[in-house]
Amino acid sequence: MRRLRGALAPYLMILPGGLWMAVFFVVPLVFMFSVSLMTGNIIDGFKQTWHWQNYTDGFHTYGDKLVRSLWYGLLATVACIALAYPAAYWIAFKGGRRKSTYLFLLLLPFFVSFVLRTLAWKLVLTDNGPLLGPLRNHGLLPSDFHVLDSGFAVVSGLTYNFLPFMVLPIYVALERIDYRVIEASYDLYASRTQAFLRVVLPLSLPGVFAGVIMTFVPVASDYVNSEVLGGPNNVMIGHIIRTEYFDNSSYALASALSFSLMALLLVGIFAYARALGTEDVLEAAGR
Amino acid sequence: MTETQHAPLRDDPGRAEDAVPAIELAGVRKEYHAYGETVAAVQGVDLAIAQGEFFSLLGPSGCGKTTTMRMVAGFEEPTAGEVYLLGESVTGVPANRRDVNMVFQSYALFPHMSVFENVAFGLRRKRTPKAEITERVTEMLRIVDLTGRERRRPSELSGGQQQRVALARALVNRPRALLLDEPLGALDLKLRQAMQVELKRIQREVGITFVYVTHDQGEALTMSDRIAVMNDGLVEQLGTPREIYERPASKFVAGFIGTSNLLAGDAVESGGGTSVLKHGDGGRIEVGREFATGDKVELTVRPEKMQITADEPGDGLCRVHGKVSEVVYLGTSTNYNVTTDGGADVVVFVQNAMNAEDVARRGDTVWLSWEPQHSYVIGSAE
Repeated sequence: MRRLRGALAPYLMILPGGLWMAVFFVVPLVFMFSVSLMTGNIIDGFKQTWHWQNYTDGFHTYGDKLVRSLWYGLLATVACIALAYPAAYWIAFKGGRRKSTYLFLLLLPFFVSFVLRTLAWKLVLTDNGPLLGPLRNHGLLPSDFHVLDSGFAVVSGLTYNFLPFMVLPIYVALERIDYRVIEASYDLYASRTQAFLRVVLPLSLPGVFAGVIMTFVPVASDYVNSEVLGGPNNVMIGHIIRTEYFDNSSYALASALSFSLMALLLVGIFAYARALGTEDVLEAAGR
Repeated sequence: MTETQHAPLRDDPGRAEDAVPAIELAGVRKEYHAYGETVAAVQGVDLAIAQGEFFSLLGPSGCGKTTTMRMVAGFEEPTAGEVYLLGESVTGVPANRRDVNMVFQSYALFPHMSVFENVAFGLRRKRTPKAEITERVTEMLRIVDLTGRERRRPSELSGGQQQRVALARALVNRPRALLLDEPLGALDLKLRQAMQVELKRIQREVGITFVYVTHDQGEALTMSDRIAVMNDGLVEQLGTPREIYERPASKFVAGFIGTSNLLAGDAVESGGGTSVLKHGDGGRIEVGREFATGDKVELTVRPEKMQITADEPGDGLCRVHGKVSEVVYLGTSTNYNVTTDGGADVVVFVQNAMNAEDVARRGDTVWLSWEPQHSYVIGSAE
């Protein structure tokens, strides 16, 4: 009896989490997939007709928004790496005893709601707001200059909102590097640049990889930033899905678009993992 | 590259250069500032390490031996004093431009590179031609007995193999000197003993100066040509293993190296360059120095130099009287713990060569005796 309980223990431990995921992730996913193949409307009701055309319709109508979402996701992810890596590097190697203070400061904005922060950006960046208003009034900026309602504003907002998801994994990867390994590279005639490129960077790549997955996926499917900062010309697919679902009640189309986005993201991530995640790349970097 | 297996890897430096020490430290100090206080980790060390020598820095943790080595490697700059490599001052020269290499305590291998790439790292940084890199790395892996493991990752190797990769990675660059920071500390006893012999063989084969930092006196005694015993940021004694073991210069060295019996006695007569000390009832110890009558003198005697007998020993031997407090049988030898009438606790090692039985039992009163030349005076007080 005791032995049986011992053998069952690991399964019992994953049971609550597993059940939770089954009920709140797998069931809705299957249900949504079924909806994505239905036809009908909110008044007459929806019927399962295996209508694959929902997918092609989605691509025809919103293909450009899907591509834009992936493009913005890519830009914001690259911007996140560019900002997060030096910050994480500095905290990990120069932070000394205040490391956790610096990390906390970096995370501090995230105690404020996501939507509220994005709205605050809108207030700051609006044409006559506290930043642009004075500059425009003094002729320092042309009167037709805006930041809002541009792709730049959306990507900036996305970068800002998802920066910690990049900083934290990179920080963890850098922090785990044994400093003596870096000293060993200096001892073996490496300059500071070579020590970074041959030792520190390759050893931190798993952190960058984790950071990319944790930012690119939510960024590409984000709907708040494009709605608040982007205006009508920079709409991302998340915003479309939301509108189709809640405003137009086109449940089938919205579901089909969701699955299309999911498929694209999965393909993108797997292609990326194949390109970067293998150990042969690390080996090449060591040469 | 080498015709014979035992040709030294370094080019023959020539007779004239041989006189120049591989490493010289002159008045080297290192201070750290922490919490508003200044702590001197190394407080004035002078050393000259000859070319091709196996030299050990031996001492307890915190004695400054690692800091001293790191100043030679270029990871720390001395607060005062100079470091010379082959007669040239290297003050201000960073680690990546010093012609010495280091084997780190935890090996510090590059986890993302194969064994081959780890060993080739230094040569690649020096832009050595590809063909030569392959040749030298292959040769070095042969010397450390790792042929066939070139493509493995460090994590796929055992501790002893990782140790040898670290050694090869440093030696392949043919440095002026190899610095080893407690390199065997992480290995188990059997492997450590095997590696001690192995290190000695490799050092003979490559002919490079080895500077070995350790807190393990056995290791230092086994491998070194010379040892510097460090304590509190200073060199307490510098000498061959035999000198340091048999003639410890201070109480610290006597206590740190091997087991030492500390005895104290009052000078009762002296003259002709010797003194006789009284230690308890019947205790008579001769030492090779004159002391004023009444001086309290401290001396050490190694446990294996003492004889244990029931009867009073003959004239000419130093002797003390005491009671056996413990007998510990160790296979090849037996340890007798004896409390002397003078109040000192001493240990005597007796080889179990012929004795079928213990020479004394717990509670027996016995005489301990030894030749006068085995007494080493380490201090005196009025």
